[in-house]
Amino acid sequence: MDLKTLYREVILDHYKQPRNTAELRNPNREAKCRNPSCGDKISVQLSIEDGRVTDVAMLGNGCAISQASASMMTEAVKGRSIEDVEAVMAEFSEMIVKGSPDFDRARLGDLVIMEGVARLHARVRCAMCGWSALEAALHDPGAEINLDNEDGMPASSRG
Amino acid sequence: MMNSDSPAGAGISSGFDVAAIRQDFPALQRTVNEFPLVYFDNTAATLKPRQVIDCITRVYSDFPANVHRGIHMLSEEATNAYEETREKLARFINAASSDEIIYTLNTTDSINHVCGSWGEANIGPGDEIIVTDMEHHANFVPWQQLCKRKGARLQVVGVLGSGQLNREEFDRKLSERTKLVAVAHVSNVSGVVNPIPELARQAHAVGAMFVADCAQSVPHMPIDVQTLGADFIAFSAYKMLAPFGVGILWGRRALLDAMPPYRTGGNMIAEVSREDTRFNVTPHKFEAGTPSIADVIATGAAIDYLEALGMDAIYNHEKKISRYLHERLAALPGLRIIGDYFEGKPAIASFHLDYAHPHDIAQFLNEEGVAVRSGLHCAEPLHNALGLNSSTRASLYLYNTNEEIDRLVAAIETVAEIFA
Repeated sequence: MDLKTLYREVILDHYKQPRNTAELRNPNREAKCRNPSCGDKISVQLSIEDGRVTDVAMLGNGCAISQASASMMTEAVKGRSIEDVEAVMAEFSEMIVKGSPDFDRARLGDLVIMEGVARLHARVRCAMCGWSALEAALHDPGAEINLDNEDGMPASSRG
Repeated sequence: MMNSDSPAGAGISSGFDVAAIRQDFPALQRTVNEFPLVYFDNTAATLKPRQVIDCITRVYSDFPANVHRGIHMLSEEATNAYEETREKLARFINAASSDEIIYTLNTTDSINHVCGSWGEANIGPGDEIIVTDMEHHANFVPWQQLCKRKGARLQVVGVLGSGQLNREEFDRKLSERTKLVAVAHVSNVSGVVNPIPELARQAHAVGAMFVADCAQSVPHMPIDVQTLGADFIAFSAYKMLAPFGVGILWGRRALLDAMPPYRTGGNMIAEVSREDTRFNVTPHKFEAGTPSIADVIATGAAIDYLEALGMDAIYNHEKKISRYLHERLAALPGLRIIGDYFEGKPAIASFHLDYAHPHDIAQFLNEEGVAVRSGLHCAEPLHNALGLNSSTRASLYLYNTNEEIDRLVAAIETVAEIFA
């Protein structure tokens, strides 16, 4: 897929109408991620009940790839068990950060369409911003992480 | 000793021959995504002419020896060429002596020398250091951190909507407590040229030291440290056709002589015993350890290249392409350039599109073979002051042309087509 097609068919839809951007009334988990190369910040709020993400919000602004990726992330995790969310996070990171073709396509579902971002090496951070905030919300609630830090990437993407 | 070839564009009676100059730059012959490269990221690093690249090869082929050490011929040849670059740099900026030229790694490193040596010795509690919102982090963070260590106060002078320094605020913040003023000669984001002679005169009037970050001025316009008025200037060789790994610190001889070394170890000593060390003289006491010798020598080849073209001619060319760049960009709907255009503005335009993010813009420009920078350009305080998250920057140099500016504009129009 060339860049224009990637943007036109996938990214711009989510960029112009990002999903789940209404601030949650009573989130029980929240974290922020900042991309220091552009100063963009994304916050992720979660409502977790009985080990399940019952509601999610992504707040903030950024480039089309970071916004689209975070927007798609909210759709992918809403209603899922934490176990499922962890698995999706790991597969998404495998696809985008490692650029590995061996990720579990079935588990990623619609997110597979972001595969083209993996070749835009300079933009991997953009694509991971919302996901890193999600990971921090689950594992280190209240954190404000910086993507340039070693800890800025989800654990599964280190190395 | 190092007889660099003359640049192709030099000595031609018709004046500044950009087409001929471009032939000297191998990177300009390559394509990016099947388009001829348009390189507009010169503020970060310039391309290198074959004269510089060949010089590196010559050093590594003919005399790849260490400097200031051996009696043998290779070491002597390396030392001579290494010191000859110092002479060239001194002449290039009209320093009183080549002893005032200190090789560092980059502009950040040059400023850290002043900060870590003069600053550590002379800044104390209650003292104040003035910087501006338009500084590159290189001329901001070292002073901020020095103030934190010393219990001193960092005074930051803001910018006006035009991008120009707020002189009224500068006047207000400058006082008897001010011990040092550090200001960019040319902003790496807005291209604003600060009036260093006047600011330095004001600083000296209250007894303060003046440091000018000349990373974006020395490569682009004639600089004479005798009239500039600063006590120290810092710049980077790789932003002026030379290899990576070389920065320059110029300082007034008397100040350098009185300063302790910033780093200690090999090469910077006169005598070492178990108990104590006597340091070498200026500039050698500041150059600890083996430097990036071939890169320094090839910096001499870059200076030869620039001098053969003439800094006045280079600046004139840049002023012309800058005018065209600003005219073309200003005519694009939804595009706003950081800072107002002024006659003589260096060919730097950082801009913001109201329909697309800088990272997305740079991505699409790259698709068309146009290399620009997106983000904060190591100038976060300026973006904060202007209320911008980030920006896209096109920065041009002596080999760039109006035709390339047309390609930039066409690529931005593609972005508009997709996003707007």
